[in-house]
Amino acid sequence: MWSHVTPRCVQCIKNKSFVRPFHKPSFQGKSSTASQVSNRKQITVGPLQNRISNVLQQWTRSYSAHFTYVPDTVPSSEGETVRMNLFQAVNNAMDIALASDPTAIIFGEDVAFGGVFRCTLNLQEKHGKDRVFNTPLCEQGIAGFGIGAAVAGATVIAEMQFADYIFPAFDQIVNEAAKFRYRCGNEFDCGRLTFRAPCGAVGHGALYHSQSPEAYFAHTPGLKIVMPRGAVKAKGLLLSCIRSNDPCIFFEPKILYRSAVEQVPTRDYELPIGKADILLEGENVTLLGWGTQVHVLREVAQLAQDRLNVTCEVIDLVTIQPWDRETIYNSVVKTGRLVIAHEAPLNCGLGAEIAASVQKECFLNLEAPIQRVTGHDTPFPHVFEPFYIPDKWRCLEAVRAAVEF
Amino acid sequence: MRKVTTINSILRCCSNGKYLPLGCTRPSHKVSPVLPAFSSQLIRIRSYSTVTPEGEDRPEFPGAKSGWTDRLEFVKSDLYDGIPVYRVMDREGKVLQEDEDPKLPEEMIVQMYRSMTLLNTMDKILYESQRQGRISFYMTNYGEEGTHVGSAAALNPDDMVFGQYRESGVLMWRGFTLDNFMNQCYGNELDLGKGRQMPVHYGSKDLGFVTISSPLGTQMPQAVGAAYAFKRAQKGQCVICYFGEGAASEGDAHAAFNFSATLECPIIFFCRNNGYAISTPTSEQYRGDGIAGRGPAYGLLSIRVDGNDTLAVYNATKRAREMAVKENRPVLIEAMTYRIGHHSTSDDSSAYRSVDEVRFWDSTDHPISRLRNYMLNHGWWNDDKEQEWKKKSKTAVMEAFARAEKKLKPDWRLMFTDVYEQMTPDLKQQLQGMEDHLKKYGDHYPLKNYAKSNSPIE
Repeated sequence: MWSHVTPRCVQCIKNKSFVRPFHKPSFQGKSSTASQVSNRKQITVGPLQNRISNVLQQWTRSYSAHFTYVPDTVPSSEGETVRMNLFQAVNNAMDIALASDPTAIIFGEDVAFGGVFRCTLNLQEKHGKDRVFNTPLCEQGIAGFGIGAAVAGATVIAEMQFADYIFPAFDQIVNEAAKFRYRCGNEFDCGRLTFRAPCGAVGHGALYHSQSPEAYFAHTPGLKIVMPRGAVKAKGLLLSCIRSNDPCIFFEPKILYRSAVEQVPTRDYELPIGKADILLEGENVTLLGWGTQVHVLREVAQLAQDRLNVTCEVIDLVTIQPWDRETIYNSVVKTGRLVIAHEAPLNCGLGAEIAASVQKECFLNLEAPIQRVTGHDTPFPHVFEPFYIPDKWRCLEAVRAAVEF
Repeated sequence: MRKVTTINSILRCCSNGKYLPLGCTRPSHKVSPVLPAFSSQLIRIRSYSTVTPEGEDRPEFPGAKSGWTDRLEFVKSDLYDGIPVYRVMDREGKVLQEDEDPKLPEEMIVQMYRSMTLLNTMDKILYESQRQGRISFYMTNYGEEGTHVGSAAALNPDDMVFGQYRESGVLMWRGFTLDNFMNQCYGNELDLGKGRQMPVHYGSKDLGFVTISSPLGTQMPQAVGAAYAFKRAQKGQCVICYFGEGAASEGDAHAAFNFSATLECPIIFFCRNNGYAISTPTSEQYRGDGIAGRGPAYGLLSIRVDGNDTLAVYNATKRAREMAVKENRPVLIEAMTYRIGHHSTSDDSSAYRSVDEVRFWDSTDHPISRLRNYMLNHGWWNDDKEQEWKKKSKTAVMEAFARAEKKLKPDWRLMFTDVYEQMTPDLKQQLQGMEDHLKKYGDHYPLKNYAKSNSPIE
């Protein structure tokens, strides 16, 4: 089984050269429709849903995307692939999970009709109302119900409608799900439990439809936390989370639901949790991000090459907890400089944890202070979003600071 | 001789947390006069009764309020028929019981009608403007105008409002201007919220309307806390808290109901039961007798009203306010209505409900047409007035819209203020960092769309 998605510019990496420009035009601004997907049974979309999908683009349409999406490609040895965007890949993963595991159930707010992001589209029709269903509007209830079902032997996929609304469930997730196995001496566990939650900036989401709360949960031992950068990764990682024997939180960058279009293998596959991906190799600066930010950093690497004549190594952390220390340390040992970028605020963001660990392990290799480019330490603002997010210009300036130190 | 204690008598007395046997004559323990049909229709006495021999001790468990029984009997959830829906008018705007007509003066009724229709016109234009990409998001109030204006008109101006997000009519009644609405939806430099929140997250300290927050149900315990503070201040103020039947499933709703009863707070919980929480119908949201049905269990005075009957909403809220303020008692109003519009501009409700269903409510049972019929019946309104008002209100909305669209966004540096009362050293540093960054990279940012504040940012 292949375990690592090869980035599109793999040939160039192998040749130790850098792709400039990228081989294919980006998919920026291109809205996919379900009709672009081949007529595979599990993702068949009717005309009504097509229309709905178009209307529902509200949350996933980027008015002025702050990044250029770079799709992953998979080798032809992976067999049949289908063009899918991220929400279709998530849908496909859950479809496979339901088909391959009779105990699997999916629930959350508005899940029955397909979910507000269409991730559960057609799953109720296909797998039954007892397996895919609406709950009352109560996140703490969803979390607690999920924990109980997992304790009793079900495989649970619970949807939080937005990551911003996960907080009523904080107690259940932090004090119950995360600690269940430990406090029971492994008599009981709720490992077969996955929370899915759309996260991240979307251009117009403001305080309560934009947050990236991964660091709150990374601070809690017992949870695994994953954030995919695209469709291929999303499918394999979600299947890994669903089948993991530890409770997982799977954050889906909502701006990618439609813009992240890739050829996704149709078969059942899993990708490893805890393994970062080196997307571009470079010599001078390591750029580390996850989710949407990875795509920003790819562009920054290009800008740094063009404007500063430095090569950057771009790494997608993929897993927030447990994070892949080895890959990061090895890269920083090589480059001597690290720029970490995330949408969440600076203070106590995951960047702080990584920076502290890197300075301890790579102290003598560091040529410059570790730079963090993040959202500001304010709530996520509506009309000020262009000034809030860690965009490519702020990241580029951090690269410059690292290089010129 | 055996004394029969019924649920009926418990319901009369439990709302202030004290058990009193049948026959209690204290005024506050009588069945509320706003619930005339309640006691007779509500209870099927035969189905549940507790029997206590005369003179025998009652259960002394802490918190126990009932008698003993020697019958093995489970309380059924269909114990009673359900709280009836109070209404004043039929669908043609004809008053059913003359003494239930609040007999509001003509100018007030006309003003209520103007608010409801102005809201409707504003909704249409802002919904369309979102479709054209001019604002980023919108939520219409179609079909729920009666719950907004009927309740708002029954309050005092210094009462405090905690809303959910679909109560724009309450703000409109209180005096929020079209410019106020438009400026917020555009997040421009005149927006009271300084451009920080998504459209429809209105708020105004002057109008006693606490700024909307997107998370559901969070306002409910907050409203109870505010009511408690009002009780202590003894100025005769009351709090009204709006929420949907979906939000009533949140844990915060339970906390709010329970706190309001135990702490005896002057609050009106106003539930807009519009049938849907985004796509989730009430049948998947709750079982039992809706939201009002929970009231007696928490010790709240409760009533269910026809939310499309603006006068019924007015009467219920008016009476609820009196009881809340005079007796420091929480009151729960469940207004039955129908969300004619989509949940928001992010939603297409044809995915989960039929167009015919929506059309039925829009054409057959709309609060605006019912109040218009009431006015027509009184000779206070006619087609000419309707046409004139339609034209006038549409012009006013379009003009406000154009004014708001021309305005710049607020100074981007306002992103850093109000996180704390005083900007912390960290935030000052981050602000300075952005200033320096923009000196270098300003060409890549939409600075021309943002105003430059004349006053210092701190």
